[in-house]
Amino acid sequence: MKDFEFHRPASIKDAVALVAGTSGAKYLAGGQSLLPVMKLDLAEPPALVSLARLPGLADIRVDGGTVAIGALCTHDQVARSADVAKAIPALAALASHIGDAQVRNRGTLGGSVAHADPAADYPAALLGLGATIVTDRGKHAADSYFKGLFETSLADGELVTAVHFPVPRRAAYAKFAHRASKYAVVGVFVAETAGGVRVAITGAGATVFRSAAMEAALTSSMTPGALDGITVPADDLNADAEASAEYRAHLIGVMAKRAVAALR
Amino acid sequence: MGNAQGIGAAVKRKEDRRFLVGRGQYTDDVTLPNQSFAVFVRSPYGHAKVNGVDAKAALAAPDVLAVLTGADVAADGLGGIPCGWLVKSKDGSNMVEPPHPALAQGKVRHVGDPVAMVIASTKAAAKAAAALVEVDYEPLPAAGLLANAIAPGAPQVWDEAPGNVCFDWHIGDPATTDAAFAKAAHVVELDLVNNRVAPNPMEPRAANGSFDGANDQYTLYTTSQNPHLTRLLLAAFTLKVPEHKLRVIAPDVGGGFGSKIFHYAEELLVLWASRRVGRPVKWTSDRMEAFLTDAHGRDHISNAKLALDADGKFLGLRVHTYAAMGAYLSTFAPAVPTYLYATLLSGPYDFPAIYAEVKAIFTNTVAVDAYRGAGRPEATYLLERLVEQAARQLGMDRVELRRKNLIRADQFPYQTQVALQYDIGDYQATLDLALAQGDYAGYPARAAASKANGKLRGFGMSTYIEACGIAPSALVGALGARAGLYEAANVRVHPTGSVTVFTGTHSHGQGHETTFAQLIADRLGVSTDQVEVVHGDTDRIPFGMGTYGSRSASVGGSAIVKALDKIVDKGKKIAAHLLEASVADVEFKDGQYRVVGTDRVKAFGEVAFAAYVPHNYPIETVEPGLEESAFYDPKNFTFPGGTHLVEVEIDPETGVVEVASVTIADDVGVIINPMIVDGQAHGGLAQGIGQALLEEAVYDAEGQLTNGTYMGYCMPRAADLPNFKVGNHVTACTHNPLGVKGVGEVGAIGVPPAVINAVLDALAPLGVTDISMPATPEKVWRAIQAARAGKGA
Repeated sequence: MKDFEFHRPASIKDAVALVAGTSGAKYLAGGQSLLPVMKLDLAEPPALVSLARLPGLADIRVDGGTVAIGALCTHDQVARSADVAKAIPALAALASHIGDAQVRNRGTLGGSVAHADPAADYPAALLGLGATIVTDRGKHAADSYFKGLFETSLADGELVTAVHFPVPRRAAYAKFAHRASKYAVVGVFVAETAGGVRVAITGAGATVFRSAAMEAALTSSMTPGALDGITVPADDLNADAEASAEYRAHLIGVMAKRAVAALR
Repeated sequence: MGNAQGIGAAVKRKEDRRFLVGRGQYTDDVTLPNQSFAVFVRSPYGHAKVNGVDAKAALAAPDVLAVLTGADVAADGLGGIPCGWLVKSKDGSNMVEPPHPALAQGKVRHVGDPVAMVIASTKAAAKAAAALVEVDYEPLPAAGLLANAIAPGAPQVWDEAPGNVCFDWHIGDPATTDAAFAKAAHVVELDLVNNRVAPNPMEPRAANGSFDGANDQYTLYTTSQNPHLTRLLLAAFTLKVPEHKLRVIAPDVGGGFGSKIFHYAEELLVLWASRRVGRPVKWTSDRMEAFLTDAHGRDHISNAKLALDADGKFLGLRVHTYAAMGAYLSTFAPAVPTYLYATLLSGPYDFPAIYAEVKAIFTNTVAVDAYRGAGRPEATYLLERLVEQAARQLGMDRVELRRKNLIRADQFPYQTQVALQYDIGDYQATLDLALAQGDYAGYPARAAASKANGKLRGFGMSTYIEACGIAPSALVGALGARAGLYEAANVRVHPTGSVTVFTGTHSHGQGHETTFAQLIADRLGVSTDQVEVVHGDTDRIPFGMGTYGSRSASVGGSAIVKALDKIVDKGKKIAAHLLEASVADVEFKDGQYRVVGTDRVKAFGEVAFAAYVPHNYPIETVEPGLEESAFYDPKNFTFPGGTHLVEVEIDPETGVVEVASVTIADDVGVIINPMIVDGQAHGGLAQGIGQALLEEAVYDAEGQLTNGTYMGYCMPRAADLPNFKVGNHVTACTHNPLGVKGVGEVGAIGVPPAVINAVLDALAPLGVTDISMPATPEKVWRAIQAARAGKGA
């Protein structure tokens, strides 16, 4: 690991200014994605701006039809939140299966959302629920936020401060975890929302995506059987040593059915 | 035995407190005054010419002390890393034994092959400078996979080994085996791959070498399972210095599983570099380096045929195996697929004829050498897959087919057709115990319950044997070992009656500080708290051959017992004097010397005190002091065996295999500490299940290790495993004084075929007949798809 500057500002404004002031500087939240790549010298940021002292970013608020979760909330915090469990049980359950206990104790919602790992779990919930990503300078709808492999609509230096999840009527997340890394080989989030049925798939492609065919089928009948014969083409899916594209395509069908069966 | 801490007692591990509170002292914890640090520049290619190494920029970097290369190794006359075992081919010729320079000279032959060593006053500086070393590589075609290396026209790892063959060896009688097959009613045949695995001890390898120029004295701290052998090889072959000028210390070692038996180049290089730079030099492997440079295990491709008569009695076995050696021959590598593998092919069965051929093959990969079980898991996997296939093919009950062919208790000692003579066992008893403990009778109900939940349940078993306590020296010498395989012990009774035991075995997780203390408690009647067990330091311990092959209790423990016998005998003479009795009338029991049939006694502590304060003492005939040494060279291997039962549940939609239950019944001989025996069984089972379902070190054709991180290489975790049911049935080993056999490897040996047999049992109704290890979800799913497609067609 190369030497780097380390800052711990006390305000969002200072944090944003520090990242803007050094080319290549990175925000550091839980460090569960950034630090491993730095240890391997795959990322060599000249400065890290720790978010640990920023006030008010680790709160969870349920307000009417929205669950607002601060960017610095750890996965464990979300998994154990009685408020989240009551409003969107699928979201609490999703958080409880991210990585392992060590990752959940350090990793944050904001870090995961900003990093946009194609195999991360949270993006499925954001897209599946039609969440809103709140930043220091505005808001992004999940539908237009995830652009590609590790690519989002965030501008350079834009800091995620919270995510607002609309409370669905019912939702569920079914994940097929990589045996070694515990990332999602395929994760499917199914939700019945005010705006209709949403099916978001993570782990399988370059970034999280929705399946219009599954949404249409489930709009007609919210049953596992409604998904019979509906496939996601394997052509654009990820392939690696753990799972071929063909197997991932198959798993999408299986996980989607299991999510439908688990809706609550 | 009259002592609550003696043999058979579940004494809690004395060593665990320091491990649990983080106060163990591992090699990397040792930082010497004026310490410097080494980082290696390693080949990124599986096979390449090295046209030059330019170290100018690295040498100019801050805090750099030296950059050393293969040319420096050659100029200073360092010896190549030797192989400890010579195997001869069928035609009597010696195996091809290529040179293994400590730093590459002219060519690199696997990813991770060290090319240069950068030494700096901080690790960060060494790492930064290593990135500045420019190596001019000219990539060559590589034989990265065993399957490629044996193909006609394959790239040559060594010019002197045509077809990449290191040796072409055989064992058994081809003529009687041919005759057996000629009269067979049934022949069952399987092609099998035993998957390559990376050892992954929790503590990566490390070495810290220092040279004291004032005294010409070298000291090496290293993560070794056998510091004396490392010293011997350094002194005689690689560093070439007098043995008494070299101290090797293997302090706390965090697991080895075989991978830390061997003498590695880094051990030599840190000592040599320390002499060159005038400062201690420390190297600590990181995890990715460990994947690339620790000797791997297994990696066989085999064809096996079993001949049976019409009643299912085994008539003969014919095996052909290709075994990967890697690019260089590691310390025990040639012994693993020969004397630790093919000699075990009779398993626990009565075989009238066996013939096995083994071709050892060079590959452009890191070396393959002993890994927990070493050869015996490969033999067991082959045999138990074959026996299961026979039961299926012949329509016979899997339990009864085994029962019919197991060696009966009245057949011991049993001479196999592949050199070994089993001294004792009771394979029917362990089979019955396992079936009872595993509620085999209740299996159909469990299978029905799984089916009702949409899962496929399968039952698999293996009946296995292994050879432990590798010895005797004369035999292994005749088989090509270049070292003896005895063990040494020194028992020092202190004046106040406490005891220090010096053992040549090495504990890196086995709990010797407890089990060996129990031997002392048992024999001398002292508390285990009064005993300290010292290992891992060549300056403190007389000699030793280390710990591997489940040899510590049977060989090392026996050496301790021999020394204890001498202590007791000497004490008897002292006690007789104190008790004014004749030696013949004194007995020793429960920590007391007693004049037989009287209440005249001297406690052991009183006798020890008299030995050191010999005021009233038989000084004319008995020397003062109470300290004895012993060497023990066993008459034979020991032969643990047993039955392992596994039930799996498979999710047919995803192919995920869940291990639903594991029940084992082993005969590991006399049990010193049942808790530690259970723990060893658990650890071995975890690794065996890991090999069967999760683990595989995957090289590609170019010799790149494609999954050398924990993001890709799947280690077993607690959540992957059920609670194990472990039972024991004891027959005492006939030829060592403790009656012990060994337990360190049984889990890794017995369970992999039981897991795969269970998977195949679950999938049999769908028409799946074969699956290879590891049985990953996609592999299982594909097998199901292929079987369904085949049925539909």
